[in-house]
Amino acid sequence: MESIDLASTTTRDLNARLQSEADGSNAAFEVLHPGGRHALACGLTAPIAVTLRGHVGYYCAGMNQNATVTVHGNAGVGVAENMMSGLVRVMGDASQSAGASGHGGLLVIEGSASARCGISMKGIDIVVKGSVGHNSAFMAQAGHLVICGDAEDGLGDSIYEAVIYVSGETGKLGADCEEQPMTADDRQTLTELLARSGIEADPATFRRYGSARSLYNFKIDNLGSY
Amino acid sequence: MTKPAPHLRESHIFDRAAIHEIQRAAREGIYKIRGFGAKRAVPHFDDLVFLGASVSRYPLEGYRERCGTDVVLGARNASKPIHLDIPITIAGMSFGSLSANAKEALGRGANEVGTSTTTGDGGMTDEERGHSNKLVYQLLPSRYGMNPDHLRKADAIEVVIGQGAKPGGGGMLLGQKISPRVAEMRTLPEDIDQRSACRHPDWTGPDDLEIKIEELRELTGWEKPIYVKVGASRTYYDTLLAVKSGADVIVVDGMQGGTGATQECFIEHVGIPTLPAVRLASDALKELGVHRRGVQLIVSGGIRTGADVAKAIALGADAVSIGTAALIALGDNRPELAEEYEKLGTAPGFYDEWQAGRDPAGITTQDPELEQRLDPVAGGHRLANYLRVLTLEAQTIARACGKSHVHNLEPEDLQALTLEAAAMARVPLAGTGWIPGQGGF
Repeated sequence: MESIDLASTTTRDLNARLQSEADGSNAAFEVLHPGGRHALACGLTAPIAVTLRGHVGYYCAGMNQNATVTVHGNAGVGVAENMMSGLVRVMGDASQSAGASGHGGLLVIEGSASARCGISMKGIDIVVKGSVGHNSAFMAQAGHLVICGDAEDGLGDSIYEAVIYVSGETGKLGADCEEQPMTADDRQTLTELLARSGIEADPATFRRYGSARSLYNFKIDNLGSY
Repeated sequence: MTKPAPHLRESHIFDRAAIHEIQRAAREGIYKIRGFGAKRAVPHFDDLVFLGASVSRYPLEGYRERCGTDVVLGARNASKPIHLDIPITIAGMSFGSLSANAKEALGRGANEVGTSTTTGDGGMTDEERGHSNKLVYQLLPSRYGMNPDHLRKADAIEVVIGQGAKPGGGGMLLGQKISPRVAEMRTLPEDIDQRSACRHPDWTGPDDLEIKIEELRELTGWEKPIYVKVGASRTYYDTLLAVKSGADVIVVDGMQGGTGATQECFIEHVGIPTLPAVRLASDALKELGVHRRGVQLIVSGGIRTGADVAKAIALGADAVSIGTAALIALGDNRPELAEEYEKLGTAPGFYDEWQAGRDPAGITTQDPELEQRLDPVAGGHRLANYLRVLTLEAQTIARACGKSHVHNLEPEDLQALTLEAAAMARVPLAGTGWIPGQGGF
C-alpha cells in the first residue's frame, strides 16, 4: 500500500497521483493527515482503494467512478457528490448533502448524516447507520436511501422515483412523499443493501416511503403543496 | 387586431392584453408559461450612440486596416484557456428544450466562425460534442445528466447560478417535450413536467462556491476555464463574489435573455436589463483590478446586432453571448411558416411557445417529424452568416472610433439618448457632459 502524507503533499499532487492510476489498476493508497482539506480523492476513475486517516472537508470522493474510498473520520459537505459508481464509506458522521445527485455506486455512512442527505439522487444507493437531517432525499429521482435511525422533517420532499427505507421515526414528510406498502421485493432489496454495506439491522423494522406522484404535472389544485 | 372606433378609449392600465390575460387566468387557473425573453420596453443598447471619429479622433480604414476580434477566455487559472476568433458565443440551451438538429446546427455555425457553444440542462450529447469544436459544459442546479466524463471532455465549465429570464428561479421542461431520450438523460419518467432546481444541491453562498470551483478544477486537472453565470440582479456584488470565489469568466445575463419555458411574470418582472448589468459587472472587475486582465466578462440578453455587440464591449464586456438571436438565425419565427403559426394561434414575429414542443421550424421541439424540418447543415450556415455580420458590424463601428481591436472600445466612445440610459450606462446624455448621479446631481 502506498502511503501519502498530506502534511507534506498538496491536494493537487494527491489527486493527480490517484487520478493517474489506469483503468485496470487495483492499487491501494493510505492518505495521512487529511486535516479537513477539501476535494480529496475526487474525480477517481480506476478501481483503486483509498483510505483516508482522519477528517475530510467538502466533496471528498466527489464524482467517484469505480474507486473504493474509506474515510476514517467525519466528512464535510457533499461527500461522494454526483458519484457514478464504486463505494464510499464514512466511518464517522457526514455533513450536509451527502451523496448529492449521485448517479450510482454505494455510499455508506456509519454515523449520522446532516440535512439534505441524498438530495437530487439519481441512482446512487445510500445507507446511513444513524439518522438523517431535514429534507433528505429532496427531489430524489432514483436509487435507494436506507435510514437505520430517524429522519427529520421534510423527508422525500418533491421526490420522484427514488425509494426510502426508514427504521426509526420520521418527522413531517415532505411534499408528495408518502408511506407505501413494503413488498417482498422491497425486503429483498433492503436486505441486499444492508448486506453490501455491512450494516447490521433487521429489515423487518423498516418502512418504505416514495412518491405519491401527485405533483408530477402542474395542476392548480395542488397550489397548497408547492 | 380590430381597430377600435375613435370614440372608444382603451385603458392604459387595463389594456386589451391585460384584460385578455385576466380572462385567460380565470379560465385556466394556471400562470402563463412561455419561451422567448422579456417583451416589454426596457432601457437597452438602442438608447446609446457611438461618437465616431472627429477632429480629435481619427478612424481606421474600413476594409484595409486590421481590427481584431479575438478573445482569450480563462487564462487566469486554466492551463488550457479558450481562444475565440470572434467576441460572440452561443449561450447555453439544453437538448430537450431544443431538438438534436438544432443543437447540431448551433455547433456547426459556431465552428464555421471559430467560436464556442454551450450545453444546457440535461447534460452533453455525443452529437453536440461531435459538432462543437469549442464546447462549454454547464454545471446546473438540477445536475440532470451530470457526468464527470463529460466534464473532462469539455473545453470549459460554466457554473450556472441563474439566468436573466428568471434570476432565482429553476427551470422547467413540460411533459410534452419529454421524449424517451430526454427522460433517460435526466433520469426521470416520461411525460412529467420536469422541474429543475433553483439552488445547487451541494453548496450555498460564495464561500461554498469557492470550494466547489476548487473541486471542479481538481476533477479536471486545472485545465478548464471555469465560468460563473448569473442572472442580472445584484450584479455588482455577484461579480465581486464570483471573482473572489475563483471564477475565470463571469457571464451576466440580462432580463431580456431568452428561456425555453418560464412563467411570464418571471420573465417580465424579475431581474434588471442588460444595459445597467454590463456596467455594474465591469465596475466590479475594475475594482478588483482584473478587468481586461485576468477575468473576462461575457454579457448576454437582447443582443441582436453588431452595434449591440460593440456597445456591450465598450461598456466593459469581453464578449457577448446570444441565444434567442441564434434560434432566429436558424429559422425560428420566419415568415414562410405563417400558415402553420396561424394554426397555433400566433404569427411570425410573435411565436414564443417554445415550451409547447410544437415548433413548426423544428427547433424548440422533440417531435421527430417536426425536428426533421431543420437541416442542421443549412441552419448552421445561416447562423455562421449571421455571426459574421455581427462581427463585421462591430468591427465597422470600432474602426469608425479609431480602434484596432474591438476591446479598445470604451465608455468614452458612447453617449446616451435618454436620461435612463445615461444613468444606467454612466455615459453623458448626448449633447451634454452630464452623467446623471455624478458630480453631485
